[in-house]
Amino acid sequence: MDLLNDFSPGLFIMQAVILLILIILMRKFAWKPILDAVSSREEGIKDALASAEAAKKEMQNLQADNERILQEARAERDGILKDARELKTSMIAEAKAEAQAEADKVVSQAQTQIQNEKKAAMADLKKQVASLSVEIAEKVVRNELTNKNKQLELVESMLGDVVLN
Amino acid sequence: MYNLIGAGLIVIGGGIGLGQIGGKAMEAIARQPEAAGKIQTAMIIIGALLEGLAFGALILGK
Amino acid sequence: MNIFKKIRKASILFFFSLTVAFGYANSFSDTAGNVQGNPIDTNEEIRDYISHHLQDSHDFTLFTNGKTGKHVGFPLPVIIFDEGFKFFMSSKFHHGTAVAESGGSYYKIYHGKIYKTNAQGDLTLDAHEHPTNKRPLDLSITKSVLGMLLVGLIMILLFSSLAKGYKKNAVPTGLSGILEPLVLYVRDEIAAPNIGPKYRKYMGFLLTVFFFIWISNLLGLTPLGFNITGQIAVTVCLALFTFIIVQFSGNKEYWKHIFWMPGVPVPMKIILMPIEILGMLTKPFSLLIRLFANITAGHFVVMSLIALTITMKAAFGPIAATGTSLILSLFITVIELLVAFLQAFIFTMLSALFIGMAVEEHH
Repeated sequence: MDLLNDFSPGLFIMQAVILLILIILMRKFAWKPILDAVSSREEGIKDALASAEAAKKEMQNLQADNERILQEARAERDGILKDARELKTSMIAEAKAEAQAEADKVVSQAQTQIQNEKKAAMADLKKQVASLSVEIAEKVVRNELTNKNKQLELVESMLGDVVLN
Repeated sequence: MYNLIGAGLIVIGGGIGLGQIGGKAMEAIARQPEAAGKIQTAMIIIGALLEGLAFGALILGK
Repeated sequence: MNIFKKIRKASILFFFSLTVAFGYANSFSDTAGNVQGNPIDTNEEIRDYISHHLQDSHDFTLFTNGKTGKHVGFPLPVIIFDEGFKFFMSSKFHHGTAVAESGGSYYKIYHGKIYKTNAQGDLTLDAHEHPTNKRPLDLSITKSVLGMLLVGLIMILLFSSLAKGYKKNAVPTGLSGILEPLVLYVRDEIAAPNIGPKYRKYMGFLLTVFFFIWISNLLGLTPLGFNITGQIAVTVCLALFTFIIVQFSGNKEYWKHIFWMPGVPVPMKIILMPIEILGMLTKPFSLLIRLFANITAGHFVVMSLIALTITMKAAFGPIAATGTSLILSLFITVIELLVAFLQAFIFTMLSALFIGMAVEEHH
């Protein structure tokens, strides 16, 4: 078995032609589409992974946002509640004060009325007493005027009484 | 006859070389199992180069 | 490691399907024009038989009935360029026993090669028993050429179906599910790390060569008797392709390193130049020798072990001889399955490495 004698130029040429054709054919119909498909698939996977990562990040952001909004809402609610409570207390206080004032006013009005009434009653009483006294005095005077001395005496005592009163 | 002796010598030499490569590669893999793939590839390449040498000598000696 | 499992699966599938189809007994397929009515049973005949198998052949013989001398198979077309193209079927040679006449010239096959002879088919042998007759350029569809065509057909069928599958579904299933990781293996483990970012340009060559060698090697393990990658002409051609691609993709630094090595004194540059040029040539030479020798040695060993059943029969009896031969040849065949892949891998790997050296950007 010596190599030079075994080497067949014809086989060499056939192999060269077949291999060349095979390389060209395989390149066109197999390797190019396969490699293209595989690399585009790999790109797709890479993109999908990247977008999933981005989506995850966005989700986290969203969650953080939600948390923040919730916090704000809670704070707002608390504020509103606090305001309401304050309003309530102030309203109650106001109402109380108003009621007090009203009551005071009513009481003072009643008092003034009572006072007025009392005054009026007093005045009335005085008037009645005066008229009664005048009547009595008339009667007494009529009675007494018959007697001159007694008249004088009476006037005198009456005057003394009036001054004293 | 002489070329048979020559072939024997080639096989001895090649065997020693391959043994060295294989043994060292095993040691390397044992030391760093995580690099096994790379070591294996390098081992095969060096083994192939050695093999080419030995075969070349065998064929030329024929 | 997953990839190796898949490769093993694929090669076992492939190997067994063909083995089952053609039967173990056909291993001794093509025969020389051995003396008719005389079965091959001596060491001398077995050696002749094996060396005949390792050679290319002009007809496709599955097996021969030694007793009757009947060949089972079919002839292949012969195409000779000898003062114009000549076509005829190899049956004209009657397995090397007859002289074929075509276009007024006479041809005879001697040890698998066609020689131009006279009408009687006389061959004059030199001191090394090589005929001194003229050898016409033999472009026949020989057994190896048929094998190559078969390999090409298998590749086109397998991978165009894989390519088509992507149009329907981005993730291949079934057989394509085994093929795709192999393609990716060549891309990610062989081409990309050795060539670098410019690997895409060479993928067509590397993938084709990888699968061509691998399928050829596997086909050589089937009982069909192909020995494609064991033909020196085939490996020379494959290595020449690598060589040409390496030289054509070599950049300025590559050539500078060969002819005028930077960083060393001038006398060294002059000494290094022939060494580098020699290295440029030995790289593809070692590629072609390795592939050729591995496959030839593999075939030789497997056939020798199968022949044990004949050579050991006298000493150990038929059952022990056949059993030993079966176990040993089974063992070696399994190793050969690994070698079939390994050689394809090494060839492609080293090709990628050489291309990578040529296109590498130095800083």
